[in-house]
Amino acid sequence: MIKSKLLYSITRTLRGIGKRMIERIWRLGAGTRLFFLTIFYSGESFKRFHLTLREIYFTGVMSLLIIVVSAFFVGMVLALQGYNTLQKYGSSEAIGVLVALSLVRELGPVVTALLFAGRAGTAITAEIGLMKTTEQLSAMEMMAVNPIARVIAPRFWAGVISMPILATLFSMVGILGGYMVAVPLIGVDDGAFWSQMQANVDFRTDIVDGLIKSLVFGVACTMIALFEGFDAPPTAEGVSRATTRTVVISSLTVLALDFVLTSFMLVI
Amino acid sequence: MDRTTIDLWVGIFVALGVAALLGLAMKVGNLTSSKIGPTYSVTAAFENVGSLKPHAPVKSAGVVVGRVDNIVFDSKHYAAIVTIKIDKRYAFPKDTFANIYTAGLLGEQYVGLEAGGEDDTLKNGDKISQTQDAIVLEKMISQFLFSKASESKADNKEADSKAEPSTKAANVKSAVKSTELGDPPF
Amino acid sequence: MTTNIVEIDNLSFGYKGRLLHKGINMVFPRGKVVAIMGGSGSGKTTLLRLIGGQIKPSKGEVRVDGEVVHKQDRDGIYKLRRKMGMLFQHGALFTDLSVFDNVAFPMRELTDLPESMIRDLVLMKLNAVGLRGAYNFMPTELSGGMARRVALARAVALDPNIIMYDEPFAGLDPISMGVICDLIRSLNDALGATSIIVSHDVKETFLIADYVYFVANGEVAAEGTPHDLMQSTLPFVHQFVHGEKDGPVPFHYPAANYQSELLNQSSAK
Repeated sequence: MIKSKLLYSITRTLRGIGKRMIERIWRLGAGTRLFFLTIFYSGESFKRFHLTLREIYFTGVMSLLIIVVSAFFVGMVLALQGYNTLQKYGSSEAIGVLVALSLVRELGPVVTALLFAGRAGTAITAEIGLMKTTEQLSAMEMMAVNPIARVIAPRFWAGVISMPILATLFSMVGILGGYMVAVPLIGVDDGAFWSQMQANVDFRTDIVDGLIKSLVFGVACTMIALFEGFDAPPTAEGVSRATTRTVVISSLTVLALDFVLTSFMLVI
Repeated sequence: MDRTTIDLWVGIFVALGVAALLGLAMKVGNLTSSKIGPTYSVTAAFENVGSLKPHAPVKSAGVVVGRVDNIVFDSKHYAAIVTIKIDKRYAFPKDTFANIYTAGLLGEQYVGLEAGGEDDTLKNGDKISQTQDAIVLEKMISQFLFSKASESKADNKEADSKAEPSTKAANVKSAVKSTELGDPPF
Repeated sequence: MTTNIVEIDNLSFGYKGRLLHKGINMVFPRGKVVAIMGGSGSGKTTLLRLIGGQIKPSKGEVRVDGEVVHKQDRDGIYKLRRKMGMLFQHGALFTDLSVFDNVAFPMRELTDLPESMIRDLVLMKLNAVGLRGAYNFMPTELSGGMARRVALARAVALDPNIIMYDEPFAGLDPISMGVICDLIRSLNDALGATSIIVSHDVKETFLIADYVYFVANGEVAAEGTPHDLMQSTLPFVHQFVHGEKDGPVPFHYPAANYQSELLNQSSAK
């Protein structure tokens, strides 16, 4: 009796794990399919580019404030922490390099992507999910208008265009924040701050690689947000869960992709 | 939201992005300083290039005159062949001396050119014959310490003096190694 | 040109092994208002989706204007859909667009009409549903009945041959209901279109429909003119039309014996 109960609970657990795995893999496949469909129908949406412009306004411009403010604080904290350690080795001038490299290479793209997932990604998921719940997507389809071309593709390209711009702004504002702390507050030499930075930050390997990263993150975050919205069960609970999933999956994907991209970039 | 307002804001947004990128390129990055015009390449053989890497600067009198193009191993002479590209504006005599220096104690390595006295100048594809290898810090320190040790062995006949310097040398050696392996944290 | 604009032929549809429809036959003659009635969950809305080609039947076929819907490719289906207008249950207005832009949406997306002509057309359509004065409202500012009327104006924006209504009366106050009722009939006659109404509101539907199909258990249980059905002695139709609590459609969902379930607690686990 007990034995059969144990066996039952084991098989049930195993079945649960298997089911979840299949579900995950199914979602990966469905997401990829949506990605290719989006690319395929992008041409149709490019013909009316003002749709994409409108979405750039909602995803990019509306995220400006949060990006600029957090970048400023991140830069200031980096400078403070960096100074704290660097002055022990008598090289506090290197603070500019520290701030610039950490921002341009890592923090700019990654933190921007995380903030983007929280600010714009959730908005996209909730909007698409609600459009689906209120049958707006169905209505569009019944009007012989392709929702992927009309709704998904403009949002996708808006995200892909906005992300590198936001990440660049993040890095620049962050460096300015670091400068504000390092030079007027701590008293690091103004010239040394910039010249050390210029000597050690390479345009090709640091700035361009950072841009490539943010472009990849832009594709990933926007696509995840769109897919979660598109795939959300048409209920209030379904949409709210999809929104949460957008943040969780986007964040994990960004961090994992960051590792992969960084290792590629350091090797090549 | 009016379409023209949206266009305006998106325009501002993109302009800000471009401005930030330009700022990064000019003020933060080395795009301006690393710009080299047309170049000619010369090679130099070294027995040891240390940690010299492609894209490392080539300096003369402290001014960047070129970049290291690539580094290959020559299995005939068991030497490293370093190809460097020098800005066409700068001509160097044939008997120019190529060294591998280190910027600071632990900084990156670069190629330093010291001009010789000949009238003929280096041309594309020429080879610099006079070179000096990279200084490997631990090799130098161990050499120094071993010579010290042999000196003190000659001076001092006491039994325990033999062991001490060699352990010291080992200690220094490992300390140097660890700083070399661990790159600066940024 | 066939007399029936839409024909449903021996149609079966189901998913996950459960059949929702089992061999349904229906015809929708041109110019008529035809209603599909049935209880909640009897697959009425699914029928509309099958006509619109959003889903594929498991067996049988739907023909629109003589063409089999599920055998069309994407372009073919889109071409067929341009002949259709659909009013969704809750209107399905685009919440990010104003009333004007909602009605203009299909014209802007599917035609190359100049903006000035679109403006005139939109105002005409809005005038037809009596909401010309509300053209710059956002959908969230509209009442349920008004939203439904805007959605109706949008559904007929391109003068479709077939207008499908998914529960057009659900959740409306009596006045709005009467307005929608009138609009369905008058638009149908003015456009010379065919209307397909999916509903479970007997009174309103019987008022405007020319012909009614009853769907129950995945089959057409009864059909006829509203007058015939009012007189019908079929138990199901009688129960439905007169809104009786118990009948062939039982009040209780099939369950174990009530008494034994209450007394024997372990069986509930």
